[in-house]
Amino acid sequence: MTKKGIVALSALISTLSLSLPGLANVERFETNMTESITDVGKEIYDIHMLVFWICVAAGILVFLFMLYTIIKYRKSNGHKPATFHENTAVEITWTVIPLIILLGMAWPASKTLIKIYDTSEADMDILITGYQWKWRYEYLTNDENDNVSFFSVLSTPQDEIHNIDPKNNNYLLEVDKPLVLPVNKKVRFLITANDVIHAWWVPALAVKKDAIPGFVNETWATPKETGIYRGQCAELCGKDHGFMPIVVDIRSEEDFNAWLKEEQAKAAEIKALTSKVFSMKELYDEGEKVYQKACLACHGANGEGGIGKAIAKSAIAMGDINTHMDVIVNGVPGTAMQAFGSQLTDVELAAVTTFQRNAFGNNMNETVQPIDIYNLKQGQ
Amino acid sequence: MAGPDKGFSRWLLATNHKDIGILYLWFSFAMFLLGGSFAMVIRAELFQPGLQLVDPNFFNQMTTMHGLVMVFGAIMPAFVGLANYMIPIMIGAPDMALPRMNNLSFWILPFAFAILASSLFMEGGAPNFGWTFYAPLSTTYAPPSVTFFIFGVHLMGISSIMGAINIVATIFNLRAPGMTLMKMPLFVWTWLITAFLLIAVMPVLAGAVTMMLMDIHFGTSFFSAAGGGDPVLFQHIFWFFGHPEVYIIILPAFGVVSEIIPTFSRKPLFGYASMVYATAAIAFLSFIVWAHHMFTVGMPLVGELYFMWATMLIAVPTAAKVFNWITTMFKGALTFETPMLFCIAFVFLFTLGGLTGLMLAIAPADMQYHDSYFVVAHFHYTMVAGAIFSISASVYYWLPKWTGRMYNETMGKVHFWIAFIGFNLTFFPQHFLGLAGMPRRIPDYSIQFADFNMISSIGAFTYGLAQLIFLFNIIRTIYFGEKTTEEQTWESARGLEWTLPSPLPFHTFERPPAIK
Ligand code: HEC
Ligand SMILES: [Cu+2]
Repeated sequence: MTKKGIVALSALISTLSLSLPGLANVERFETNMTESITDVGKEIYDIHMLVFWICVAAGILVFLFMLYTIIKYRKSNGHKPATFHENTAVEITWTVIPLIILLGMAWPASKTLIKIYDTSEADMDILITGYQWKWRYEYLTNDENDNVSFFSVLSTPQDEIHNIDPKNNNYLLEVDKPLVLPVNKKVRFLITANDVIHAWWVPALAVKKDAIPGFVNETWATPKETGIYRGQCAELCGKDHGFMPIVVDIRSEEDFNAWLKEEQAKAAEIKALTSKVFSMKELYDEGEKVYQKACLACHGANGEGGIGKAIAKSAIAMGDINTHMDVIVNGVPGTAMQAFGSQLTDVELAAVTTFQRNAFGNNMNETVQPIDIYNLKQGQ
Repeated sequence: MAGPDKGFSRWLLATNHKDIGILYLWFSFAMFLLGGSFAMVIRAELFQPGLQLVDPNFFNQMTTMHGLVMVFGAIMPAFVGLANYMIPIMIGAPDMALPRMNNLSFWILPFAFAILASSLFMEGGAPNFGWTFYAPLSTTYAPPSVTFFIFGVHLMGISSIMGAINIVATIFNLRAPGMTLMKMPLFVWTWLITAFLLIAVMPVLAGAVTMMLMDIHFGTSFFSAAGGGDPVLFQHIFWFFGHPEVYIIILPAFGVVSEIIPTFSRKPLFGYASMVYATAAIAFLSFIVWAHHMFTVGMPLVGELYFMWATMLIAVPTAAKVFNWITTMFKGALTFETPMLFCIAFVFLFTLGGLTGLMLAIAPADMQYHDSYFVVAHFHYTMVAGAIFSISASVYYWLPKWTGRMYNETMGKVHFWIAFIGFNLTFFPQHFLGLAGMPRRIPDYSIQFADFNMISSIGAFTYGLAQLIFLFNIIRTIYFGEKTTEEQTWESARGLEWTLPSPLPFHTFERPPAIK
C-alpha cells in the first residue's frame, strides 16, 4: 500500500473509533501479553518474550535471505540460473540448528510448567463453578457452615450493549460481585462447571483453566499486588459466552479478612431467615423482585412466556405446590430451565414461587415458606 | 475413445478425471464464497463494540458454519479437485483408477453441504457450537439441527475417504512405466501422504459424531459425566482427527508450492528427497501431538510435557521445507508472475504462521494464548496464507493449461496485492488482540480492543473484494482470454503436463509416455 493509503486508513480508523465515547480513557493499541502480578505469571511472561524474540530473530534471518534472493537473482537483472541441488551437509545443518534452539526453549518452559502444576500447600481454596452464563465462587473453609458462596454476573447494562447508552471503560468486564482474594497468599482454585465447558481466564493472574462439568480441575496463584483485575470466559459455552466476565478484587490481608467475616455474617443471617414465617405481602413483594432479576428474561414481564413456558395460567404454577417448587429448585433437565436451588437463597426461592402462584391472574392465594423449600431440598 | 457428453449429463455422469476435477474446483469456489460471506457477517458485527447486526446466537452459528464450510467445503475439495485434474497427468496415467467411485465421491458433497446449509433455516438455527463442536455444548445443549450436522459430516467423511482411496490406488497402480516413486512430482507425493492421513483419521471423526448421535438420541453417556462419561474424551477423539486434519489441508499446499517455485526460479527444487522425507515426518508427527490443542483441560503434568516436546519437534521438518524453498530460489533466475507471487507470499506468511505455532507449542505460554485471538491469527496464517494462497497460485499456474487461454496478468497481480494487503490487515492485528486478552468466538468485546478490531474488519472486507476479482479473472479467461496452444506455458516448467498441448485434450496419456 502506498504511504498515502496508510495515512488515509489510519485517519479513518481513528476518527471512527474515537467517535466511541470513553475510548480515550482506556489503554488502546495494547499489543502484548498482560504483565502478571504473580511470580509464575512473570516467568510465563519471560518465556513468552524469550520465544518471541527467538522467533523474531529466526524470521528476520529467513526473510532477509529471501529478500536478498528476490532482489539479487531476478531474471530481469540478467541472472542465469544455477543448477545446483541436494547438499547433505547443508540439509543436516538446517535440521540440527533448529533442534538445538528448540532444546533451549523446552528447558525453561518445562521448569515453569512443573511449577504451574504444583498446587500443594495452598493457604486457601476457592471452588469456581461455571454456569451458562455466570460464575459461582465458594470460599471453602473447615466448617461447611462457614463457607461463603455467591454468583458473579455481568453488570454491564443492556442499553450499553445495544448502543443506546455510551459504553463505560469497563464495558463487558464488570460484574455485580467480584471474587475477593487476599494478597500474598497461595490461593488454590478448584474449577468445575454445572452445564457445558467454560474456561476461567484472568490474564493478570496468568491463570486459564477449563471448567468441565463432572470434573474438578486444580490450579493456583499467589497475587503479589492489590487491585482490580479482569478476565473473561475463554471456552465457547453458548449464546452468552462473550458476556460472562471475571473480576478479581485483591485486597490486603486485613481488608480481606474483614470482608470474609462480613460475608459469613450475612450468610448466617440468611440461614436464620429460613426458619422465619413471612406474610403473603412480604413474600409477594420479594418474589416480584426476584422474578424480575432471574426469571423475566425467559418467562416475560407478564408471565406470558418466551424462551420459557408461560407462567400465567400455567398448569404447574396452578397445580401441585411441590411440583412447582421442584421445577424451580431442580430445573427441567435438558431445557433452558435451570436448577435455581443453588443460585437463589431459600427465602428468594419461596418468595418467587409464592409470586408466581399469585401473580399474572394465577391467584392461588397460598404462600410457600422458606422452610418448605428447605424441607424439599433435604428430602432429596 | 469418445469426447465428453453434451449438456448436464456430462457433469452428472462424469467419470473423466478432468471433468470431476472441474466439478470439485467450482464446487469449492462456491463454498469459498459462501464461507467467506459468513466471515463478512462476523467481521461486520465485530467492526465496533456493541451488538449491531446479529444476535449472539446467530453470531455463534456464523463462526461455526464459517469454519465448517471453509475447512470441509472449500479447502479440502479444492485440493481434491487439483489432485483429480493433475495427478493422473503428472504420473502419465490415462485417468483415475476408480472413475465411477470418483463420480460418487464428488456428487455426495453438494448433498452434504445442502444439508448443512439448510440447518440455517431450521427451528433453533444452525449448529452454533464452533467448528470443533465440543461436547456437551454440541450434545445435551445443542439445537435440534445437530442431527443434520452429524449426517452431513458423515457424508463428507465418506466422500473424503473414497477420494483418498482413489488417489492411493491411482498413484500405486497407474504410474507410467519408469515413473518410480522417487521420480514423482512433489505434489503427487504430498497428496499420497495426505490420502493416507485421510484414510486414517476420517473414520475417527465419523466415530466422534456417531458417539454424539448416540448420546443425543439413544441414551448413551459417552461425553456426559453425569452418566459416567467424559467430556474431555470428546476432545481427545476430535483432535486425534483434527490435528492430522490440519496437515491434510497444508501438505498438498506444500506440494503445489514445490512445483511452482522451481518453475519461476528456473532451477530444480533444492532437496527433492529431503522434501519427501520431511513430508513423511510431518505426517507421522501429526498423529502424536493432538493434545497440544488441550493444554488447559487439566491433563497430568507428564502428558503436558510430552505433548509440548513432541509438538516442538514439528518445527524441524517444517523449517527444512522453508529453507528448501528459499534455497531453490537462491541463485535462480526469478520472475514474478502471479502464481510465483502467491507462492512467495505463501513462504513468507506460512513461516510467520509456523513461528506463532512454535510459540503456541510452549505449554505454559499457550495457557495464556489458548482460545484467544492469537490462535485465530495463527491458524489463519496457515490456512488462508497457506492453503488458500497456494490454491490461488495453482489456479493461475495451470489455468492456461486447462483452458488453452491466458489469464490477464495485470488483473492477477492486482488480485494478489489486494489479497495480500487485505489478509495481513485482517489477521496481523489479531495477534495483538489475542495477547492483550481478547477471547475468540465472542460477538462483542470490551472497548480497548476497538481499534484493532476495526482494522481487522476493514482488512477482511478488502480480502473479500479480492476474491471477486479472482472469480472475474477466471471467468474472463475461460471465455475471452488470449488463446495459447503452447505446451510449455512458463518457459521452464517441468513435469508431464507441460509435454501436452493446451488446452488439455479430453483424454490424455491413453498410451503411457516414456519416462526418462
Ligand atoms: C434461561 C431461561 C429461563 C429462566 C431464566 C427461567 N426459566 Fe423457567 N422455564 C424455562 C423453560 C425453557 C421452561 C420450560 C421447560 C419445559 O420444557 O418443561 C421453564 C419452565 C418453568 C416452569 C414450569 C412452567 C410450566 O407450565 O411447565 C416454572 C414454574 C418456571 N419455569 C419457573 C421459573 C422461575 C421461578 C424462574 C426464575 C427464578 C425461571 N423459571 C427462570 C426457562 C427459563
Ligand atoms: Cu462460559
